[in-house]
Amino acid sequence: MAAAHLLPQAELERIAEQVFRASDADETEVLIEAVTDALTRFANNTIHQNVAEQAVHVSVRTVYDGRTARAATNRTDAESLRRVAAASSALARVQPKHPDLLPMPGPQRYRTVQRFFPATAAATPEDRARAVLQVLRMIERHRQTAAGILATGCSQMALANSRGLFASHQQTRAEFSITVLEPDSSGWQKANTPDLAALDPLALAERASQKAAAARAPRELEPGRYTVVLEPSAALDLLGFLFYDFAGTAVLDQRSCLNERLGKPIFGRNISLWDDVYHPLQTGAPFDGEGIPRQKVLLVDRGVPCNLVYARHTARKMNARPTGHALPLPSELGEAPVNLVWAGGDTSLEAMIASTERGILVTRLWYIREVDPYEKILTGMTRDGTFLIENGRLVCGIRNFRFNQSLIEMLANVEQLGPAVRAAGEESFEMVVPAMKVANFHFTEVTKF
Amino acid sequence: MEQIANWALDTAVARGASYADARVVELRQRELSTKNGQVGTLLESESLGIGIRVIADGAWGFASTDRLARKTVEACAAEAVAIARASALAKKQDVVLAPEQAYVDTWQNPYIKDPFRIPVERQIELLLAADAEMRRVPGVTLAEGSMLFRRIEQFFASTLGSRIHQVKLQSGAGIVATSFADGEIQRRSYPNSFGGQHALAGYELVESFDLVGQAPRIAEEAVALHKAEPCPEGVRTILLDSSQLALQIHESIGHPIELDRVLGQEANFAGMSFLTLDQLNRLQYGSEIVNVVADARLVHGQGLGTFGYDDEGVPAQCTEIIRNGLFTGYLTSRETAAAIGAARSGGTMRAESWNRLPIIRMTNVSLLPGTWKLDELIADTDDGIWMETNHSWSIDDRRHHFQFSTEIAWEIRGGRKVRMLKNPSYSGLTTEFWNSCDAICAREHWTLWGTPNCGKGQPMQTMGTGHGAAPARFRNVRVGIAFSK
Repeated sequence: MAAAHLLPQAELERIAEQVFRASDADETEVLIEAVTDALTRFANNTIHQNVAEQAVHVSVRTVYDGRTARAATNRTDAESLRRVAAASSALARVQPKHPDLLPMPGPQRYRTVQRFFPATAAATPEDRARAVLQVLRMIERHRQTAAGILATGCSQMALANSRGLFASHQQTRAEFSITVLEPDSSGWQKANTPDLAALDPLALAERASQKAAAARAPRELEPGRYTVVLEPSAALDLLGFLFYDFAGTAVLDQRSCLNERLGKPIFGRNISLWDDVYHPLQTGAPFDGEGIPRQKVLLVDRGVPCNLVYARHTARKMNARPTGHALPLPSELGEAPVNLVWAGGDTSLEAMIASTERGILVTRLWYIREVDPYEKILTGMTRDGTFLIENGRLVCGIRNFRFNQSLIEMLANVEQLGPAVRAAGEESFEMVVPAMKVANFHFTEVTKF
Repeated sequence: MEQIANWALDTAVARGASYADARVVELRQRELSTKNGQVGTLLESESLGIGIRVIADGAWGFASTDRLARKTVEACAAEAVAIARASALAKKQDVVLAPEQAYVDTWQNPYIKDPFRIPVERQIELLLAADAEMRRVPGVTLAEGSMLFRRIEQFFASTLGSRIHQVKLQSGAGIVATSFADGEIQRRSYPNSFGGQHALAGYELVESFDLVGQAPRIAEEAVALHKAEPCPEGVRTILLDSSQLALQIHESIGHPIELDRVLGQEANFAGMSFLTLDQLNRLQYGSEIVNVVADARLVHGQGLGTFGYDDEGVPAQCTEIIRNGLFTGYLTSRETAAAIGAARSGGTMRAESWNRLPIIRMTNVSLLPGTWKLDELIADTDDGIWMETNHSWSIDDRRHHFQFSTEIAWEIRGGRKVRMLKNPSYSGLTTEFWNSCDAICAREHWTLWGTPNCGKGQPMQTMGTGHGAAPARFRNVRVGIAFSK
């Protein structure tokens, strides 16, 4: 069903041309996004919600003598496109000049990224239901209860401006997530990939099922500082809170935790980080919100935060070069790295556990929020598979902990790294991130389940 | 809109749906922001589409589209039926809905000034004036302001025969002063954090805030926090301002009473609830002065949870959630009400827009006012901490163990606020906390706060909810642990 709903190149060009014709602005930019997505949701071992959507979004930015604004619509007929151009114009004309506004960029050259899989786009409700049914039969054989989702879809983005820039990108997505429940325990797994064929719901469900079974009759431990082994999803949801700190604008605004810390060895030497949209495990378009090609940027080099990402106007203010990370203008946030790749290591999860005398294995974290933006203290809970490790092996499930932990301190205390994988969580967008063994992780309170 | 909805219903029935409803929704939105004397975001957007929900072969299907020609709407309805049939492959039993009547009605929230008719330059001017006032205070390193206006027009039609037209107009604004100094970031917000205050109201709401008049105060407080003593760690009496208490209600009462969570339908993402069915009419949720309602009616106020009908055509209602401390009610839908044998839905199903399925959402979940005057409550407190304006919030997936931090606090000694405290936080267990409530301020201190960004569901939906609260006092609460070493 889905592939047919993407807009052909000629239609993208028609929309852009009609907007350009309708606009009398000094410069005009058109951003076209289309999405076709479907999600099959299950709980209590039955499909209880099953949805599909298709939508188009056209947004127009106009510039008049250093003034700019954006208007958007989801209608693509000629009259609606004329109206959205007029709305953008009306907004732009009445506001103060923006001293940092640069002329729109001209045509650019982009590296090719292949992230569209026709079979994923064409997945049907029956395909998803049958995959879910197979999972649920296995779960019922284990006398357990499951809840989760299987989603497939495709999205498309095109950016054009009146200086001749035209960029487009399309990709597919497939995602499976499952929580397996027992009376006093649970287990969880999630994966996200552009290629449905690379997704193995049954294997993920089997692992979540094993975790739920292994976590039965959880023990209550005293809160305190523990060595933790964070599975990639748990590490991801913590590390995701750092992404905007690497924006040039965040440092300019003095709201980044890297304020006065750039160039200093604040993390361990085993910590390196890039933003790299071209990494084989990454997704996304090879251009930013202004159409500038995205660059691979080394952000942390062996423990030292060394670079930021910059939109063009931020780069000019900070005497740096643009990196292709601008958010669509106008935006007070400037730019952001959204394709983070953390350096991995060669220690398997099993080896991390085997090398731990006493510690905690964390499958998943939940409801993480920032308590202190400069020390980067985060709070949150463990969830769906938290285990005590003693003498190199998993001993039992434990009741969930609340943590209050500085990310900066945590990244100075990483003892071992697993291979970096594409991880999916709930608090952060997907990244390439390893499992981590961390010393002195601060659990402050414990729940009763 | 009605014709489009009828195309959808006719097709769904023709394809074999035993029930169908359709919502044609048109959303108009204006977003403004300023930062350090410059305009940040300036965006106007519109979105029109249809969401079609059906039951076929005893199971649910939902499809949505923004292509509203007859052919594409009918194809969308047919897709919803096909999806329902796919759902039926893994069904345990047929969907059963609590009975509901058909309604033909129109509803619109009252307002005085349409924010979309206020020139955008006037709105920018107001934000920039507040911005300038904040930056006039030495030590302020970042001044930000924002406004958000939404007009949501919806036509709901169902095979029960309902035809309901509703228009909701929402306004909101807020400002934030941030100060970075000595390796520390401190922040103050007004009238609330994370986007300010929002309600179903016109631009008169924004004008009532006096953003320019309040800007110097919050800017000075943000700077002063650097020199304040840290909130101590220990077990103390705390007093919460009404905006922080509103979020406390949201997280530790509003979410756990959602019956879809209780029944396991949100187990994979939002989580479940400690309020299992055996707790109803048995659990002493709070002390005897704690009375909470979920009230979507206009008479309760113009909150983000106010409407005429929910998104499955059930009229707005008031449900008693906690009466004199006793847990008495859940938030329900037609399906979940039937599942627990209730006669009727409580009318809480809402969808983010046309492209999302209605799910159970908080309406206005409010703590009813008590009897105390605020100055008398402070005077009555010998040793306590007044905490104000949320900074962070976190609660476990059963909604039992929570931790909050606020932007600012004051120590109370001998019935007076004696000194400012920075980095305040408190934590606890939901039922222990609400049972420790020994004083709630009166109606004159009560505000219906809007929480515009509540996330739930898969795919994720953001929804506005309302929470009325007046300042209240809680005994023996653990404070300061967020910053413990």
